[in-house]
Amino acid sequence: MTFSFAIIAFITLIGAVGALAFRQIVHSVLCLAITFTGVAMLYLQLGAQFLGFAQFLVYIGAVTILILFAVLLTKNTGPTISGQVYSASWVSGVGVGVSVFVCLAWAILRTPQLDRLAAEETNSTVKAIGLSLMSDYVIPLEVIALLLTAAMVGAIVIAMNETSTQTTMQGANHEKGLK
Amino acid sequence: MEALLIAIKARILELAPEFLQFPLGHLLSITPVISVFAGIFALTTWIERKGLGRIQNRLGPNRVGPVGILQPVADGLKMIFKEDVVPRSADKIVHFLAPILLVIPTMLAFSVIPYGNRLVPIDLDAGILFFFAIGGSAELIVFMAGWSSRNKYAMLGAMRAIAQMISYEVPLILSSIVVIMMAGSLSLVDIVAVQTGGFWNWHVATPWGFVGFLLFLTAALAESNRSPFDIPEAESEIIAGHMTEYSGFKYALFFLAEYLGLFAMTGLAITLFLGGFHAPFPFLNWVPAPLWFFGKFAILVALFIWIRGTLPRLRMDQLMGLAWKFMIPMSLITFAAGATWHYAGKGLLAWILCTPMLLGSYVYLGTALTKGQKVSKRVYRFAD
Repeated sequence: MTFSFAIIAFITLIGAVGALAFRQIVHSVLCLAITFTGVAMLYLQLGAQFLGFAQFLVYIGAVTILILFAVLLTKNTGPTISGQVYSASWVSGVGVGVSVFVCLAWAILRTPQLDRLAAEETNSTVKAIGLSLMSDYVIPLEVIALLLTAAMVGAIVIAMNETSTQTTMQGANHEKGLK
Repeated sequence: MEALLIAIKARILELAPEFLQFPLGHLLSITPVISVFAGIFALTTWIERKGLGRIQNRLGPNRVGPVGILQPVADGLKMIFKEDVVPRSADKIVHFLAPILLVIPTMLAFSVIPYGNRLVPIDLDAGILFFFAIGGSAELIVFMAGWSSRNKYAMLGAMRAIAQMISYEVPLILSSIVVIMMAGSLSLVDIVAVQTGGFWNWHVATPWGFVGFLLFLTAALAESNRSPFDIPEAESEIIAGHMTEYSGFKYALFFLAEYLGLFAMTGLAITLFLGGFHAPFPFLNWVPAPLWFFGKFAILVALFIWIRGTLPRLRMDQLMGLAWKFMIPMSLITFAAGATWHYAGKGLLAWILCTPMLLGSYVYLGTALTKGQKVSKRVYRFAD
Protein backbone atom coordinates (compact mmCIF):
# COMPACT_ATOMS: atom_id res chain seq x y z
CA MET A 1 0.00 0.00 0.00
CA THR A 2 1.64 3.20 -1.12
CA PHE A 3 1.27 6.66 0.33
CA SER A 4 -0.69 8.02 -2.65
CA PHE A 5 -3.10 5.07 -2.44
CA ALA A 6 -3.69 5.88 1.23
CA ILE A 7 -4.55 9.50 0.39
CA ILE A 8 -6.90 8.52 -2.45
CA ALA A 9 -8.61 5.84 -0.36
CA PHE A 10 -9.07 8.34 2.48
CA ILE A 11 -10.67 10.89 0.13
CA THR A 12 -12.95 8.25 -1.39
CA LEU A 13 -14.08 6.96 2.02
CA ILE A 14 -14.61 10.45 3.45
CA GLY A 15 -16.80 11.26 0.45
CA ALA A 16 -18.80 8.06 0.89
CA VAL A 17 -19.35 8.69 4.61
CA GLY A 18 -20.37 12.27 3.89
CA ALA A 19 -22.83 11.12 1.21
CA LEU A 20 -24.57 8.98 3.85
CA ALA A 21 -24.35 11.31 6.83
CA PHE A 22 -25.44 14.74 5.56
CA ARG A 23 -29.00 15.88 6.17
CA GLN A 24 -29.12 18.14 3.14
CA ILE A 25 -29.51 16.01 -0.01
CA VAL A 26 -27.48 18.38 -2.18
CA HIS A 27 -24.57 18.09 0.28
CA SER A 28 -24.81 14.32 -0.03
CA VAL A 29 -24.68 14.56 -3.82
CA LEU A 30 -21.59 16.78 -3.65
CA CYS A 31 -19.93 14.25 -1.33
CA LEU A 32 -20.84 11.53 -3.82
CA ALA A 33 -19.01 13.57 -6.46
CA ILE A 34 -15.91 13.47 -4.21
CA THR A 35 -16.22 9.67 -4.05
CA PHE A 36 -16.51 9.44 -7.84
CA THR A 37 -13.39 11.59 -8.17
CA GLY A 38 -11.59 9.30 -5.73
CA VAL A 39 -12.55 6.22 -7.76
CA ALA A 40 -11.34 7.93 -10.95
CA MET A 41 -8.03 8.69 -9.23
CA LEU A 42 -7.75 5.04 -8.16
CA TYR A 43 -8.12 3.96 -11.79
CA LEU A 44 -5.47 6.49 -12.83
CA GLN A 45 -3.13 5.23 -10.12
CA LEU A 46 -3.53 1.71 -11.50
CA GLY A 47 -2.45 2.99 -14.93
CA ALA A 48 -5.89 2.76 -16.56
CA GLN A 49 -5.83 6.21 -18.10
CA PHE A 50 -8.81 5.79 -20.41
CA LEU A 51 -11.00 4.27 -17.70
CA GLY A 52 -10.04 6.98 -15.20
CA PHE A 53 -10.91 9.85 -17.54
CA ALA A 54 -14.08 8.12 -18.72
CA GLN A 55 -15.12 7.63 -15.09
CA PHE A 56 -14.55 11.33 -14.44
CA LEU A 57 -16.34 12.42 -17.61
CA VAL A 58 -19.36 10.17 -17.11
CA TYR A 59 -19.81 10.28 -13.35
CA ILE A 60 -18.87 13.89 -12.53
CA GLY A 61 -20.03 15.44 -15.80
CA ALA A 62 -23.25 13.47 -16.28
CA VAL A 63 -24.41 11.21 -13.44
CA THR A 64 -23.96 13.77 -10.64
CA ILE A 65 -25.75 16.43 -12.68
CA LEU A 66 -28.54 13.93 -13.39
CA ILE A 67 -28.91 13.16 -9.66
CA LEU A 68 -28.95 16.89 -8.88
CA PHE A 69 -31.70 17.51 -11.42
CA ALA A 70 -33.66 14.60 -9.97
CA VAL A 71 -33.23 16.02 -6.45
CA LEU A 72 -34.35 19.47 -7.54
CA LEU A 73 -37.41 18.03 -9.30
CA THR A 74 -38.59 16.31 -6.13
CA LYS A 75 -40.62 18.22 -3.62
CA ASN A 76 -38.41 17.82 -0.61
CA THR A 77 -35.69 20.36 -1.37
CA GLY A 78 -36.04 22.36 1.81
CA PRO A 79 -33.02 23.21 3.91
CA THR A 80 -33.16 20.11 6.12
CA ILE A 81 -34.84 16.75 6.02
CA SER A 82 -37.20 16.47 8.96
CA GLY A 83 -36.51 13.71 11.42
CA GLN A 84 -33.56 11.44 11.97
CA VAL A 85 -31.05 10.57 9.29
CA TYR A 86 -30.20 7.31 11.02
CA SER A 87 -32.75 4.54 10.83
CA ALA A 88 -34.25 3.25 14.05
CA SER A 89 -33.06 -0.26 13.28
CA TRP A 90 -29.39 0.76 12.99
CA VAL A 91 -28.25 -2.12 15.23
CA SER A 92 -29.37 -4.77 12.76
CA GLY A 93 -28.00 -2.66 9.91
CA VAL A 94 -24.55 -2.59 11.51
CA GLY A 95 -24.84 -6.34 12.07
CA VAL A 96 -25.60 -6.99 8.40
CA GLY A 97 -22.80 -4.67 7.31
CA VAL A 98 -20.22 -6.29 9.56
CA SER A 99 -21.19 -9.81 8.48
CA VAL A 100 -20.95 -8.88 4.79
CA PHE A 101 -17.56 -7.30 5.40
CA VAL A 102 -16.31 -10.38 7.27
CA CYS A 103 -17.53 -12.69 4.48
CA LEU A 104 -15.85 -10.61 1.77
CA ALA A 105 -12.61 -10.23 3.72
CA TRP A 106 -12.51 -13.98 4.40
CA ALA A 107 -13.09 -14.75 0.71
CA ILE A 108 -10.48 -12.24 -0.47
CA LEU A 109 -7.82 -13.36 1.98
CA ARG A 110 -8.31 -17.02 1.03
CA THR A 111 -7.91 -16.51 -2.74
CA PRO A 112 -4.77 -18.14 -4.14
CA GLN A 113 -4.17 -15.13 -6.42
CA LEU A 114 -3.04 -13.14 -3.40
CA ASP A 115 0.34 -14.87 -3.54
CA ARG A 116 1.05 -13.49 -6.99
CA LEU A 117 3.60 -10.70 -7.02
CA ALA A 118 2.06 -8.21 -9.42
CA ALA A 119 -0.27 -8.17 -12.37
CA GLU A 120 1.58 -8.77 -15.61
CA GLU A 121 2.02 -5.81 -17.90
CA THR A 122 -1.26 -5.43 -19.77
CA ASN A 123 -1.68 -3.53 -22.98
CA SER A 124 -4.25 -1.01 -21.79
CA THR A 125 -3.41 1.95 -23.99
CA VAL A 126 -6.30 3.88 -25.46
CA LYS A 127 -5.50 2.60 -28.93
CA ALA A 128 -5.57 -1.04 -27.76
CA ILE A 129 -8.91 -0.49 -26.04
CA GLY A 130 -10.33 1.11 -29.18
CA LEU A 131 -9.11 -1.67 -31.44
CA SER A 132 -10.49 -4.43 -29.21
CA LEU A 133 -13.82 -2.58 -28.91
CA MET A 134 -14.07 -2.44 -32.68
CA SER A 135 -12.94 -6.02 -33.33
CA ASP A 136 -13.47 -8.55 -30.51
CA TYR A 137 -16.24 -6.75 -28.65
CA VAL A 138 -18.06 -5.18 -31.57
CA ILE A 139 -21.33 -7.08 -30.97
CA PRO A 140 -21.66 -6.11 -27.28
CA LEU A 141 -20.83 -2.54 -28.29
CA GLU A 142 -23.57 -2.53 -30.93
CA VAL A 143 -26.07 -4.04 -28.49
CA ILE A 144 -25.30 -1.31 -25.95
CA ALA A 145 -25.62 1.33 -28.67
CA LEU A 146 -29.00 -0.08 -29.67
CA LEU A 147 -30.16 -0.15 -26.05
CA LEU A 148 -29.12 3.46 -25.49
CA THR A 149 -30.80 4.56 -28.72
CA ALA A 150 -34.00 2.82 -27.66
CA ALA A 151 -33.85 4.53 -24.27
CA MET A 152 -33.31 7.90 -25.94
CA VAL A 153 -36.18 7.41 -28.37
CA GLY A 154 -38.37 6.41 -25.41
CA ALA A 155 -37.41 9.55 -23.51
CA ILE A 156 -38.20 11.71 -26.54
CA VAL A 157 -41.58 10.00 -27.00
CA ILE A 158 -42.45 10.59 -23.34
CA ALA A 159 -41.37 14.22 -23.50
CA MET A 160 -43.07 14.94 -26.83
CA ASN A 161 -46.66 15.26 -25.53
CA GLU A 162 -45.60 17.65 -22.84
CA THR A 163 -43.80 19.96 -25.24
CA SER A 164 -46.77 20.16 -27.58
CA THR A 165 -49.07 21.32 -24.76
CA GLN A 166 -46.37 23.71 -23.58
CA THR A 167 -45.99 25.31 -26.97
CA THR A 168 -49.71 25.82 -27.29
CA MET A 169 -49.73 27.40 -23.85
CA GLN A 170 -46.83 29.59 -24.82
CA GLY A 171 -48.61 30.53 -28.01
CA ALA A 172 -51.74 31.41 -26.06
CA ASN A 173 -49.77 33.54 -23.64
CA HIS A 174 -48.02 35.19 -26.51
CA GLU A 175 -51.31 36.06 -28.18
CA LYS A 176 -52.65 37.41 -24.89
CA GLY A 177 -49.54 39.52 -24.59
CA LEU A 178 -50.06 40.95 -28.05
CA LYS A 179 -53.64 41.95 -27.29
CA MET B 1 13.16 29.35 -28.78
CA GLU B 2 11.62 26.20 -27.38
CA ALA B 3 15.05 24.54 -27.43
CA LEU B 4 16.31 27.45 -25.33
CA LEU B 5 13.43 27.08 -22.86
CA ILE B 6 14.00 23.34 -22.55
CA ALA B 7 17.75 23.90 -22.11
CA ILE B 8 17.09 26.43 -19.33
CA LYS B 9 14.81 23.96 -17.58
CA ALA B 10 17.38 21.16 -17.91
CA ARG B 11 20.12 23.43 -16.52
CA ILE B 12 18.02 24.42 -13.49
CA LEU B 13 17.18 20.76 -12.88
CA GLU B 14 20.88 19.83 -13.00
CA LEU B 15 21.61 22.29 -10.21
CA ALA B 16 18.86 20.93 -7.97
CA PRO B 17 19.45 17.93 -5.68
CA GLU B 18 18.04 14.59 -6.83
CA PHE B 19 15.01 14.39 -4.55
CA LEU B 20 13.89 17.87 -5.64
CA GLN B 21 14.11 17.17 -9.37
CA PHE B 22 10.67 15.62 -9.80
CA PRO B 23 8.62 18.35 -8.04
CA LEU B 24 10.84 21.12 -9.40
CA GLY B 25 10.54 19.86 -12.96
CA HIS B 26 6.74 19.94 -12.76
CA LEU B 27 6.80 23.31 -11.03
CA LEU B 28 8.87 24.70 -13.88
CA SER B 29 6.27 23.40 -16.36
CA ILE B 30 3.27 24.65 -14.40
CA THR B 31 4.44 28.16 -13.46
CA PRO B 32 4.80 29.50 -17.03
CA VAL B 33 1.36 28.18 -17.99
CA ILE B 34 -0.34 29.84 -15.02
CA SER B 35 1.55 33.13 -15.29
CA VAL B 36 1.32 33.45 -19.07
CA PHE B 37 -2.42 32.76 -19.29
CA ALA B 38 -3.25 34.90 -16.25
CA GLY B 39 -1.27 37.69 -17.91
CA ILE B 40 -3.11 37.18 -21.18
CA PHE B 41 -6.37 37.32 -19.21
CA ALA B 42 -5.44 40.72 -17.76
CA LEU B 43 -4.41 42.02 -21.16
CA THR B 44 -7.53 40.60 -22.83
CA THR B 45 -9.89 42.42 -20.45
CA TRP B 46 -8.20 45.68 -21.48
CA ILE B 47 -8.14 44.86 -25.20
CA GLU B 48 -11.77 43.73 -25.02
CA ARG B 49 -12.93 46.94 -23.36
CA LYS B 50 -10.93 49.00 -25.85
CA GLY B 51 -12.29 46.98 -28.78
CA LEU B 52 -15.88 47.13 -27.57
CA GLY B 53 -15.42 50.86 -27.08
CA ARG B 54 -14.23 51.20 -30.66
CA ILE B 55 -17.20 49.16 -31.93
CA GLN B 56 -19.64 51.25 -29.87
CA ASN B 57 -18.01 54.53 -30.94
CA ARG B 58 -16.50 55.52 -27.59
CA LEU B 59 -12.99 55.54 -26.12
CA GLY B 60 -13.01 52.75 -23.55
CA PRO B 61 -10.71 52.89 -20.51
CA ASN B 62 -8.13 55.67 -20.90
CA ARG B 63 -7.45 57.02 -17.39
CA VAL B 64 -4.97 54.59 -15.82
CA GLY B 65 -1.57 54.62 -17.50
CA PRO B 66 -0.92 55.33 -21.19
CA VAL B 67 -4.07 54.56 -23.25
CA GLY B 68 -5.47 52.89 -20.14
CA ILE B 69 -3.19 49.87 -20.25
CA LEU B 70 -2.85 49.72 -16.45
CA GLN B 71 -6.64 49.36 -16.10
CA PRO B 72 -6.44 45.56 -15.36
CA VAL B 73 -3.99 46.27 -12.49
CA ALA B 74 -6.34 48.86 -11.04
CA ASP B 75 -9.31 46.48 -11.44
CA GLY B 76 -7.38 43.66 -9.78
CA LEU B 77 -6.42 45.84 -6.80
CA LYS B 78 -10.02 47.03 -6.48
CA MET B 79 -11.30 43.43 -6.53
CA ILE B 80 -8.87 42.34 -3.81
CA PHE B 81 -9.74 45.19 -1.44
CA LYS B 82 -13.49 45.05 -2.04
CA GLU B 83 -15.68 43.84 0.80
CA ASP B 84 -16.56 40.17 0.56
CA VAL B 85 -20.33 39.98 1.07
CA VAL B 86 -21.82 36.57 1.84
CA PRO B 87 -25.63 36.36 2.11
CA ARG B 88 -26.83 35.45 5.60
CA SER B 89 -28.86 32.45 4.44
CA ALA B 90 -26.17 31.19 2.05
CA ASP B 91 -24.59 27.78 2.43
CA LYS B 92 -21.27 29.20 3.68
CA ILE B 93 -18.91 26.32 2.85
CA VAL B 94 -20.27 25.50 -0.62
CA HIS B 95 -20.53 29.22 -1.37
CA PHE B 96 -16.87 29.65 -0.42
CA LEU B 97 -15.64 26.57 -2.28
CA ALA B 98 -17.37 27.15 -5.64
CA PRO B 99 -15.18 30.00 -7.03
CA ILE B 100 -11.99 28.31 -5.86
CA LEU B 101 -12.93 24.93 -7.35
CA LEU B 102 -13.96 26.50 -10.66
CA VAL B 103 -10.43 27.78 -11.33
CA ILE B 104 -8.85 24.32 -10.88
CA PRO B 105 -10.37 22.49 -13.92
CA THR B 106 -9.86 25.51 -16.18
CA MET B 107 -6.19 25.64 -15.18
CA LEU B 108 -5.77 21.87 -15.56
CA ALA B 109 -7.13 22.02 -19.10
CA PHE B 110 -4.03 23.97 -20.19
CA SER B 111 -1.74 21.13 -19.14
CA VAL B 112 -2.31 18.95 -22.23
CA ILE B 113 -2.10 21.58 -24.98
CA PRO B 114 1.17 21.55 -26.99
CA TYR B 115 2.59 25.09 -27.26
CA GLY B 116 5.65 24.17 -29.33
CA ASN B 117 7.96 21.34 -30.27
CA ARG B 118 8.29 19.29 -27.06
CA LEU B 119 6.69 22.22 -25.20
CA VAL B 120 3.75 20.41 -23.65
CA PRO B 121 3.32 20.29 -19.86
CA ILE B 122 2.06 16.65 -19.89
CA ASP B 123 1.90 14.50 -23.02
CA LEU B 124 -1.01 12.26 -22.10
CA ASP B 125 -1.98 9.23 -24.15
CA ALA B 126 -5.62 10.36 -23.92
CA GLY B 127 -4.99 14.10 -23.79
CA ILE B 128 -8.21 15.23 -25.46
CA LEU B 129 -10.29 12.95 -23.24
CA PHE B 130 -8.59 14.51 -20.21
CA PHE B 131 -9.46 17.96 -21.55
CA PHE B 132 -13.16 17.16 -21.89
CA ALA B 133 -13.35 15.17 -18.64
CA ILE B 134 -11.88 18.08 -16.69
CA GLY B 135 -14.09 20.58 -18.51
CA GLY B 136 -17.17 18.52 -17.63
CA SER B 137 -16.73 19.19 -13.91
CA ALA B 138 -17.39 22.90 -14.42
CA GLU B 139 -21.15 22.23 -14.62
CA LEU B 140 -21.23 20.80 -11.11
CA ILE B 141 -19.30 23.77 -9.74
CA VAL B 142 -21.59 26.28 -11.44
CA PHE B 143 -24.50 24.45 -9.81
CA MET B 144 -22.71 24.72 -6.43
CA ALA B 145 -22.37 28.48 -6.90
CA GLY B 146 -26.00 28.95 -7.91
CA TRP B 147 -27.52 26.67 -5.31
CA SER B 148 -25.46 27.81 -2.32
CA SER B 149 -26.33 31.48 -2.88
CA ARG B 150 -30.01 30.85 -1.92
CA ASN B 151 -31.07 33.37 -4.51
CA LYS B 152 -33.66 32.75 -7.17
CA TYR B 153 -31.71 34.61 -9.82
CA ALA B 154 -28.53 32.71 -8.98
CA MET B 155 -30.38 29.38 -9.12
CA LEU B 156 -32.06 30.27 -12.43
CA GLY B 157 -28.75 31.37 -13.88
CA ALA B 158 -27.06 28.17 -12.75
CA MET B 159 -29.81 26.01 -14.26
CA ARG B 160 -29.60 27.93 -17.53
CA ALA B 161 -25.82 27.56 -17.50
CA ILE B 162 -25.98 23.80 -16.87
CA ALA B 163 -28.59 23.23 -19.58
CA GLN B 164 -26.54 25.25 -22.04
CA MET B 165 -23.23 23.60 -21.16
CA ILE B 166 -24.66 20.07 -21.40
CA SER B 167 -26.31 20.84 -24.75
CA TYR B 168 -23.25 22.40 -26.31
CA GLU B 169 -20.82 19.84 -24.95
CA VAL B 170 -22.32 17.33 -27.43
CA PRO B 171 -21.50 19.23 -30.67
CA LEU B 172 -18.19 20.30 -29.13
CA ILE B 173 -17.09 16.71 -28.56
CA LEU B 174 -18.69 15.38 -31.76
CA SER B 175 -16.91 17.95 -33.94
CA SER B 176 -13.56 17.06 -32.38
CA ILE B 177 -14.17 13.30 -32.75
CA VAL B 178 -13.86 13.67 -36.54
CA VAL B 179 -10.35 15.04 -36.01
CA ILE B 180 -9.54 12.12 -33.70
CA MET B 181 -10.80 9.72 -36.38
CA MET B 182 -8.64 11.28 -39.07
CA ALA B 183 -5.53 11.60 -36.92
CA GLY B 184 -6.01 8.15 -35.38
CA SER B 185 -4.97 9.28 -31.93
CA LEU B 186 -6.35 10.86 -28.76
CA SER B 187 -3.00 12.47 -27.97
CA LEU B 188 -2.92 16.17 -28.83
CA VAL B 189 0.79 15.95 -29.66
CA ASP B 190 0.05 13.33 -32.34
CA ILE B 191 -2.87 15.36 -33.70
CA VAL B 192 -0.54 18.36 -34.17
CA ALA B 193 2.13 16.14 -35.74
CA VAL B 194 -0.36 15.01 -38.42
CA GLN B 195 -0.78 18.63 -39.57
CA THR B 196 2.87 19.46 -40.38
CA GLY B 197 4.06 21.01 -43.62
CA GLY B 198 2.00 24.11 -44.37
CA PHE B 199 -1.56 25.37 -44.05
CA TRP B 200 -2.88 23.02 -46.78
CA ASN B 201 -2.19 20.15 -44.37
CA TRP B 202 -4.13 21.74 -41.52
CA HIS B 203 -7.46 20.14 -40.76
CA VAL B 204 -9.27 23.41 -41.38
CA ALA B 205 -8.23 23.21 -45.06
CA THR B 206 -10.51 20.20 -45.66
CA PRO B 207 -14.30 20.39 -46.11
CA TRP B 208 -15.07 18.40 -42.94
CA GLY B 209 -12.38 20.28 -41.03
CA PHE B 210 -13.74 23.69 -42.03
CA VAL B 211 -17.28 22.80 -40.96
CA GLY B 212 -15.95 21.12 -37.82
CA PHE B 213 -13.90 24.19 -36.97
CA LEU B 214 -16.90 26.50 -37.25
CA LEU B 215 -19.04 24.12 -35.17
CA PHE B 216 -16.27 23.83 -32.59
CA LEU B 217 -15.84 27.61 -32.30
CA THR B 218 -19.60 28.15 -31.89
CA ALA B 219 -19.85 25.42 -29.28
CA ALA B 220 -16.76 26.77 -27.50
CA LEU B 221 -18.37 30.22 -27.29
CA ALA B 222 -21.53 28.69 -25.84
CA GLU B 223 -19.60 26.42 -23.48
CA SER B 224 -17.76 29.37 -21.94
CA ASN B 225 -21.00 31.40 -21.65
CA ARG B 226 -19.80 34.19 -23.89
CA SER B 227 -21.87 36.54 -25.98
CA PRO B 228 -24.01 35.82 -28.02
CA PHE B 229 -24.63 32.79 -25.78
CA ASP B 230 -24.38 34.66 -22.45
CA ILE B 231 -27.93 33.81 -21.39
CA PRO B 232 -26.82 32.34 -18.01
CA GLU B 233 -25.52 35.72 -16.91
CA ALA B 234 -27.75 38.02 -18.91
CA GLU B 235 -27.50 41.29 -16.97
CA SER B 236 -30.83 42.63 -18.15
CA GLU B 237 -32.78 39.48 -17.19
CA ILE B 238 -31.23 37.73 -14.18
CA ILE B 239 -28.62 40.24 -12.92
CA ALA B 240 -25.51 38.08 -13.25
CA GLY B 241 -26.77 34.50 -13.02
CA HIS B 242 -24.85 32.23 -10.70
CA MET B 243 -22.45 35.07 -9.86
CA THR B 244 -25.18 37.34 -8.45
CA GLU B 245 -24.28 36.80 -4.79
CA TYR B 246 -20.53 36.96 -5.25
CA SER B 247 -18.49 40.08 -4.69
CA GLY B 248 -14.88 41.11 -4.44
CA PHE B 249 -12.22 38.59 -5.29
CA LYS B 250 -14.61 35.65 -5.56
CA TYR B 251 -16.38 37.43 -8.40
CA ALA B 252 -12.98 38.07 -9.97
CA LEU B 253 -12.24 34.34 -9.77
CA PHE B 254 -15.46 33.54 -11.67
CA PHE B 255 -14.47 36.11 -14.26
CA LEU B 256 -10.97 34.61 -14.47
CA ALA B 257 -12.31 31.07 -14.82
CA GLU B 258 -14.67 32.15 -17.60
CA TYR B 259 -11.88 33.73 -19.62
CA LEU B 260 -9.43 30.91 -18.92
CA GLY B 261 -12.05 28.40 -20.04
CA LEU B 262 -12.42 30.30 -23.30
CA PHE B 263 -8.63 30.43 -23.71
CA ALA B 264 -8.34 26.68 -23.16
CA MET B 265 -11.04 26.06 -25.78
CA THR B 266 -9.22 28.40 -28.16
CA GLY B 267 -5.98 26.51 -27.57
CA LEU B 268 -7.75 23.24 -28.29
CA ALA B 269 -9.33 24.66 -31.47
CA ILE B 270 -5.87 25.73 -32.67
CA THR B 271 -4.45 22.30 -31.84
CA LEU B 272 -7.26 20.37 -33.52
CA PHE B 273 -7.94 22.43 -36.63
CA LEU B 274 -5.39 25.21 -37.15
CA GLY B 275 -2.23 23.12 -37.15
CA GLY B 276 -1.22 23.87 -33.56
CA PHE B 277 2.17 25.53 -33.38
CA HIS B 278 3.08 24.91 -37.04
CA ALA B 279 3.87 27.72 -39.46
CA PRO B 280 1.44 28.22 -42.38
CA PHE B 281 4.30 27.94 -44.93
CA PRO B 282 7.34 25.65 -44.64
CA PHE B 283 9.78 28.51 -45.41
CA LEU B 284 8.55 30.32 -42.27
CA ASN B 285 9.75 27.53 -39.99
CA TRP B 286 12.56 29.69 -38.60
CA VAL B 287 10.00 31.70 -36.59
CA PRO B 288 9.76 30.05 -33.14
CA ALA B 289 6.79 27.69 -32.90
CA PRO B 290 5.22 29.19 -29.72
CA LEU B 291 4.95 32.52 -31.56
CA TRP B 292 2.77 30.82 -34.20
CA PHE B 293 0.61 29.30 -31.49
CA PHE B 294 0.10 32.60 -29.71
CA GLY B 295 -0.36 34.46 -32.99
CA LYS B 296 -3.26 32.20 -33.94
CA PHE B 297 -4.49 32.52 -30.37
CA ALA B 298 -4.51 36.34 -30.60
CA ILE B 299 -6.44 36.24 -33.90
CA LEU B 300 -9.12 33.95 -32.44
CA VAL B 301 -9.47 36.05 -29.27
CA ALA B 302 -9.84 39.17 -31.40
CA LEU B 303 -12.54 37.33 -33.37
CA PHE B 304 -14.37 36.53 -30.11
CA ILE B 305 -14.25 40.19 -29.08
CA TRP B 306 -15.58 41.19 -32.50
CA ILE B 307 -18.42 38.66 -32.19
CA ARG B 308 -19.28 39.96 -28.73
CA GLY B 309 -19.43 43.50 -30.00
CA THR B 310 -21.65 42.79 -32.98
CA LEU B 311 -24.11 39.96 -32.25
CA PRO B 312 -27.22 40.27 -30.06
CA ARG B 313 -27.98 37.72 -27.37
CA LEU B 314 -30.03 34.63 -28.26
CA ARG B 315 -33.30 33.62 -26.59
CA MET B 316 -33.35 30.39 -24.54
CA ASP B 317 -35.43 28.38 -27.06
CA GLN B 318 -33.33 29.66 -29.98
CA LEU B 319 -30.22 28.58 -28.10
CA MET B 320 -31.50 25.06 -27.51
CA GLY B 321 -32.89 24.80 -31.03
CA LEU B 322 -29.54 25.78 -32.50
CA ALA B 323 -27.71 23.14 -30.47
CA TRP B 324 -30.08 20.20 -30.89
CA LYS B 325 -31.67 20.81 -34.28
CA PHE B 326 -28.74 22.27 -36.17
CA MET B 327 -25.32 21.74 -34.61
CA ILE B 328 -25.65 18.10 -33.54
CA PRO B 329 -27.01 16.82 -36.92
CA MET B 330 -24.43 18.95 -38.69
CA SER B 331 -21.57 17.51 -36.65
CA LEU B 332 -22.88 13.99 -37.33
CA ILE B 333 -22.80 14.78 -41.04
CA THR B 334 -19.17 15.91 -40.75
CA PHE B 335 -18.53 12.31 -39.57
CA ALA B 336 -19.84 10.98 -42.87
CA ALA B 337 -17.95 13.67 -44.78
CA GLY B 338 -14.77 12.73 -42.93
CA ALA B 339 -15.22 9.07 -43.81
CA THR B 340 -15.90 9.97 -47.47
CA TRP B 341 -12.80 12.16 -47.47
CA HIS B 342 -10.71 9.31 -46.11
CA TYR B 343 -11.90 6.72 -48.63
CA ALA B 344 -12.06 9.04 -51.67
CA GLY B 345 -8.32 9.63 -51.53
CA LYS B 346 -8.12 13.11 -49.94
CA GLY B 347 -7.81 14.74 -53.37
CA LEU B 348 -10.01 16.49 -55.91
CA LEU B 349 -12.54 13.64 -55.97
CA ALA B 350 -12.93 13.91 -52.19
CA TRP B 351 -13.56 17.65 -52.50
CA ILE B 352 -16.19 17.06 -55.19
CA LEU B 353 -17.95 14.45 -53.03
CA CYS B 354 -17.71 16.17 -49.61
CA THR B 355 -18.54 19.77 -50.47
CA PRO B 356 -22.10 19.24 -51.84
CA MET B 357 -22.76 16.81 -48.98
CA LEU B 358 -21.93 19.44 -46.34
CA LEU B 359 -23.39 22.40 -48.23
CA GLY B 360 -26.64 20.55 -48.95
CA SER B 361 -27.13 19.51 -45.34
CA TYR B 362 -26.26 23.04 -44.19
CA VAL B 363 -28.96 24.53 -46.41
CA TYR B 364 -31.49 21.83 -45.48
CA LEU B 365 -30.89 22.05 -41.73
CA GLY B 366 -30.85 25.83 -41.84
CA THR B 367 -34.22 26.03 -43.59
CA ALA B 368 -35.63 23.33 -41.29
CA LEU B 369 -34.51 25.33 -38.24
CA THR B 370 -36.41 28.43 -39.31
CA LYS B 371 -39.42 26.55 -40.74
CA GLY B 372 -42.70 27.39 -39.07
CA GLN B 373 -41.21 30.54 -37.59
CA LYS B 374 -42.56 33.72 -39.01
CA VAL B 375 -39.56 35.87 -39.71
CA SER B 376 -40.84 39.39 -40.09
CA LYS B 377 -40.07 42.88 -38.96
CA ARG B 378 -40.20 43.14 -35.19
CA VAL B 379 -43.03 45.21 -33.78
CA TYR B 380 -42.07 47.26 -30.74
CA ARG B 381 -44.89 48.16 -28.42
CA PHE B 382 -43.24 50.92 -26.44
CA ALA B 383 -40.14 51.92 -28.32
CA ASP B 384 -41.76 53.24 -31.48
